[in-house]
Amino acid sequence: MSSDADAPVDAGAASVEDLRAQVQALQEEVSDLREATDDDGQKSMTIIATKGTLDMAYPPLILASTAAAFGWDVVVFHTFWGLDILHEKKSKNLKLSAVGNPSMPMPNAVAALPFMDSVATSMMEKKIQENGTATVEELIETSLDMGVDLQACQMTIELMGYDEAEFYDGVTTGVGAATALQHMADADVQLMI
Amino acid sequence: MSTYEPTETLDVKGLSCPMPVVKTRGAVDDLESGEILQVVATDSGSMSDLKGWADSTDGVSMLDQEEAEEDGDAVFRHLIQKE
Repeated sequence: MSSDADAPVDAGAASVEDLRAQVQALQEEVSDLREATDDDGQKSMTIIATKGTLDMAYPPLILASTAAAFGWDVVVFHTFWGLDILHEKKSKNLKLSAVGNPSMPMPNAVAALPFMDSVATSMMEKKIQENGTATVEELIETSLDMGVDLQACQMTIELMGYDEAEFYDGVTTGVGAATALQHMADADVQLMI
Repeated sequence: MSTYEPTETLDVKGLSCPMPVVKTRGAVDDLESGEILQVVATDSGSMSDLKGWADSTDGVSMLDQEEAEEDGDAVFRHLIQKE
């Protein structure tokens, strides 16, 4: 009986040693992983803004300023027509497209008339004002004040023939796809708008 | 609502998303720890948005929210404490 009892105790002692070693190895691994993921609770978001119409300027700016209010680290990378949102002059004159927009209360054949974009834009601007919705300019200033990094794609700046001085003060220039990807890889939320 | 005494009041009446949340953030940043901010909005979405913001932002807590009437219009009052 006593020999039967001794055997499992010896085996158990060996197992405990093994388990201690395993637990220690796992603790080290967890510690390394925690360090690698660097999860300090700081969330971040990267938005790629590609559109330059009045309606499409809003979603990235609203999400960016709100995320900044949450204390998130926010980057909005503006490329192609999205660049117009950061262009001080053009941003105040963004247009709504009447053609190809099924939400417009008119057929495409009518929407394609030369003045219809202006009519649609004026209607939208009036609604924005009546509703107390912030203007694109206000949202840009607010976002910059809150520490949002609004980036203008360098390649598109050159492609469109813009001058860096034409953008709002505080806009980051001299950045490209690699910078955007770097932020996207680290971000908790990535959006293409 | 009356059990809490707000230190400051932020009037965001007439403003719509995202401004109530954005301006609340700025007003809370100016508070001292323990102080209470009252936010008065006309945006009905502020009930969900400010609660969501307060719940997922460190250092603030939503004490109370209520819908009231002011000069015949619906207003939404929020009491937020800086921790």
